[in-house]
Amino acid sequence: MSYFSDIINGTKTLLTGMRVTGGYFFVNFFTKRDVITQQYPNNIETLEMFDRFKGEVIMLHNENNEHRCDACTLCEKACPNGSIEILGDKAKDPETGKNKRFLVKHIYHLQMCTMCGLCIEACPVNAIDWGQDFHHVEYDRSLLTKVLNKPGSKIMSGIKG
Amino acid sequence: MKEFLTDQLKTQEYFLNMGPQHPATHGVLRLLLKLDGEIVRNVDMDLGYIHRSIEKMCERATYKQIIHLTDRLDYLSAHMNNEAVCLLAEKALNIEVNDRIKIIRTIMDELTRISSHVLWWGVTGMDIGAITTFMYGFRERELINDIFEETCGTRLTMNYNVIGGLRYDIHENFVKRTKDILTHLKKKLPEYDKLLTNNIIFQKRLINIGVISVEDAIAYGLNGPTARGSGVSCDIRKTHPYSAYDMVDFEEAIFTEGDSFARYKVRIKEMWESISIIEQLIDKIPNDEHKVKTKAVIKLPVGDFLQRVEASRGDFGVYVKSNGQKFPERLKFRSPGFANLTALNKMAYGLKIADLVAILSTIDVVVPDIDR
Repeated sequence: MSYFSDIINGTKTLLTGMRVTGGYFFVNFFTKRDVITQQYPNNIETLEMFDRFKGEVIMLHNENNEHRCDACTLCEKACPNGSIEILGDKAKDPETGKNKRFLVKHIYHLQMCTMCGLCIEACPVNAIDWGQDFHHVEYDRSLLTKVLNKPGSKIMSGIKG
Repeated sequence: MKEFLTDQLKTQEYFLNMGPQHPATHGVLRLLLKLDGEIVRNVDMDLGYIHRSIEKMCERATYKQIIHLTDRLDYLSAHMNNEAVCLLAEKALNIEVNDRIKIIRTIMDELTRISSHVLWWGVTGMDIGAITTFMYGFRERELINDIFEETCGTRLTMNYNVIGGLRYDIHENFVKRTKDILTHLKKKLPEYDKLLTNNIIFQKRLINIGVISVEDAIAYGLNGPTARGSGVSCDIRKTHPYSAYDMVDFEEAIFTEGDSFARYKVRIKEMWESISIIEQLIDKIPNDEHKVKTKAVIKLPVGDFLQRVEASRGDFGVYVKSNGQKFPERLKFRSPGFANLTALNKMAYGLKIADLVAILSTIDVVVPDIDR
């Protein structure tokens, strides 16, 4: 007896479940709303991310190609996995005549970065920030090592060295 | 003919590797099965395929840097793992956090729990043979991940808790989005029942499969929803309340059958409880600072410290032995998945391979959590 009641119950519950999936199928077929699957976004160029999105670390530059980094290496020390290397040098400041440290290269290894954000939190002059780019696909690992300060850029006036 | 077969052909037990790249093992877990035909006689676990020695790495990391490593343990309950380290440091340094931080942390915990259980629901359906559930589970999960992305910046490894508070204040859309997801979930969770829970074929795959008694559950040290399916009351949110869990009224989901279906029902009920917890707190977020000022270099006082939280798979614990320096002398994570996996042999004995897959998915293993 339970053999037949099992078959009837099984069919009944199966149909209840199929009413859910069938409902979505027909509603989406005619109205195109509540779509569950979607294509991979091909509008990568115009896709807007949330403003706090952590894509990569970038260095902020103003319109005169000046940045705020004074090569204090606090971000290098804060980084848990050595993603940041700072090459700095010392030169005489023409205004004060004292030796002042300046940035040569801010090297950022994106392949090692875990997006923890400790470098950005450690920066005392807000020289680095989050970038929105998420499409980090390269054929070679070494291409992910980036120099964050743009070529020919120099430090903004008014930042202490 | 029958006599010939029994005389000439002998049956014997044989070994079969399930994994490390088997899709039903939820990661790189290798199970060495001793089989008699299709009947499981013994299950040996071979771990270590993604061991990253996170505990050792933590001994060379400052307390601020440890937090982002805990995301990589059980990535589906990243927020709870972060919170465990933060609560431990706050307890050791006697930092009092305000109600705003506590309430936001609790809401985030429960959102993480829902998103983890929703993913588990989809994957369990798929392990048993229903592909639709995977798509439906991810539909809800995407909406929750959007909340995380807007407020924390990332979708999976949030890294949102810091020692003494939260990294950022909540986004202005946070409250609205959270309320939207609650109304959405309340509409969609009954659909889950219609589609999968009440289905006789699905129930027959789970009921009386992988039964573990209360005594065995306690003896094996099971925790989380797996133990609560056997009737063990072990919710850290109830027994050792942290953050804002003492401000809310919720029921611990306990079922006493001890089989796979009981574990399934525990998780479905936990989702409803999480919705009710968030509903109680979402309008109560007070205006206050989102972060308490701490020292730049955090040094814990000399001594041993332990903090437990209820992650989505169970009791997650952090133990730190500090010698007063900026690095911990020794750090140990107690992960829920490892303890739950040990009972697999007991649960699966005498069942078929297909039942083993069902048991494995109702235990809800996450291998990075087990291997660390």
